[in-house]
Amino acid sequence: MTTHNMSVDLCGVRLKNPVMTASGTFGSGMEFSSFFDLNRLGAVVTKGVSSVPWEGNPTPRICETPSGMLNAIGLQNPGFEVFAKRDLGFLEETLTPDENCSGIGTKVIVNVCGHSEEEYVDCVTKLASEKRADLLEINISCPNVKEGGIAFGTDPKGVERITSVIKKIARQPVIMKLSPNVTDIAEIAKAAEAGGADALSMINTLTGMKIDVERRAFALANRTGGLSGPAIHPVAVRMVYQCAKAVKIPIIGMGGIRTAADALEMLMAGAAAVSIGTASFHDQTTALTVIDGIREYLERHEIADVRELIGCIE
Amino acid sequence: MKYREYAKVLECVRIGNDIFSLKLAAEKIAAAAMPGQFVSVYANDSARLLPRPISVCEADATGGILRLVFRIAGAGTKEFSQLEKGDSVMLVGPLGNGFPLERAQAKRVFLIGGGIGIPPMLELAKRLTSSDGAGAPGNPAAADLAESAPGSPAERAADVKAILGYRDERFLLEDFPCDTVVATEDGSFGTKGTVLDAIRANGLGADVIYACGPVPMLRALKQYALENGTECWLSMEEKMACGIGACLSCVCRSTKIDEHSQVKNKRVCTEGPVFLSTEIEL
Repeated sequence: MTTHNMSVDLCGVRLKNPVMTASGTFGSGMEFSSFFDLNRLGAVVTKGVSSVPWEGNPTPRICETPSGMLNAIGLQNPGFEVFAKRDLGFLEETLTPDENCSGIGTKVIVNVCGHSEEEYVDCVTKLASEKRADLLEINISCPNVKEGGIAFGTDPKGVERITSVIKKIARQPVIMKLSPNVTDIAEIAKAAEAGGADALSMINTLTGMKIDVERRAFALANRTGGLSGPAIHPVAVRMVYQCAKAVKIPIIGMGGIRTAADALEMLMAGAAAVSIGTASFHDQTTALTVIDGIREYLERHEIADVRELIGCIE
Repeated sequence: MKYREYAKVLECVRIGNDIFSLKLAAEKIAAAAMPGQFVSVYANDSARLLPRPISVCEADATGGILRLVFRIAGAGTKEFSQLEKGDSVMLVGPLGNGFPLERAQAKRVFLIGGGIGIPPMLELAKRLTSSDGAGAPGNPAAADLAESAPGSPAERAADVKAILGYRDERFLLEDFPCDTVVATEDGSFGTKGTVLDAIRANGLGADVIYACGPVPMLRALKQYALENGTECWLSMEEKMACGIGACLSCVCRSTKIDEHSQVKNKRVCTEGPVFLSTEIEL
């Protein structure tokens, strides 16, 4: 066992390491569990769930772009009931308290989406009694649904309001997931903090468009989609850095992380933890490579505690 | 069981207009792959993040050799076409459900391929015409059925015809171990027209259809099967990101509420790519 501490604190919740999965790229882990042991993750962040099933957008829903991809899935999900029984049930069975890591088990962060305030409230209320949901991540930043999603996340007053409404009823710590498709993300971060958010996730995807010139048509049926992957990493690092300076609550940094170095950039910019998203499509085991790489970095630089790196760049 | 396997290129040759045949040493995947399943092929250029789903054309379990036949459709498949003997390429597979071989027992069967939908029909033809008849070894479910089914292997054997539709240039035709009927769009070989034109021109009939090809062909076959009361299995294609069922990119519309998302969307990579024609909207 290494003597280098990998565990971090996220708004009062201890994570065995700072690496988690990004919502929407990992399902609830079921499909990835045949490639690696989910217990190695700091946390599993589940795909967005709404109070009732959502159909999502027409296909094609994705296309590749240089070092990235656009998606417009439209938050297709089975709704709370099936999710709670099947997906949380699976995670309950699969994730075991890890005795080898000071008893810190892999945490479950449930991502919640809604078309309206009522829908968010309904889902968060139902989640209150779900013991396997350790934290909630509220998606107010999906660029691919017409109502709700990003509409809540681009106006500071709206962000503060929806955050405070959810905070009043949530039994778990609340992480607000922010959109980068705004003029000043620090202002949005401050609004979420003012509304009582316990932490921030950032960034969601950047709205983009691709045109298939051979067919003279939009590559996606939805016309626009969210850009993710290594192409957006520098944007994400910049925004995490800006917001870490602007708020006191912890930030989960995400956006294009593929290597341990990418994750370390996020930590140094001020993120308390990181999420692996699109890179899991390229290599199912990316999260493990990142965890091992961070540990190797601590050893190589003789750093006793990963937390020393958080925000170490002034 | 899905495997992540770094495969060695044994051969990469052009066999048609923009169509390439890639033979790979991929022991685990070749041993597990069933006809109609596919593999995710990852580009060596890491700027191309997403795997390309390519159907299994041949899987030689004993030799550990997987054959993929694909058309250049963009930069990723262009890269694959330039692979050389000794190069390596990352694969994940086998993925998806594959064709239900057991449905062919003692039946008159059409294997219908259109264009780049032809390659998966080759491994299917090989399995259905193997000495054990329909339900060749390798598919535990089919093997069980074969044992419980009455009659000798010869009686269980399927009567297999491959009906192949080409634009013009033919490929893989000589590899098929069964009767073949050809349609070409330009009439340069076989029946001029579509695979359905070829079926009618030759007065053919079947009890079960397995098909892969462009959507208009699949749509026409769904209609044909409906009119003739034929059981029809269609292999679908859709843009994929994860290839393993997590991202929900590659859905197709289903006639009934799907189990995974409780809407009318089935995942092509997981519930498919092979669907009964009556369970999907086309």
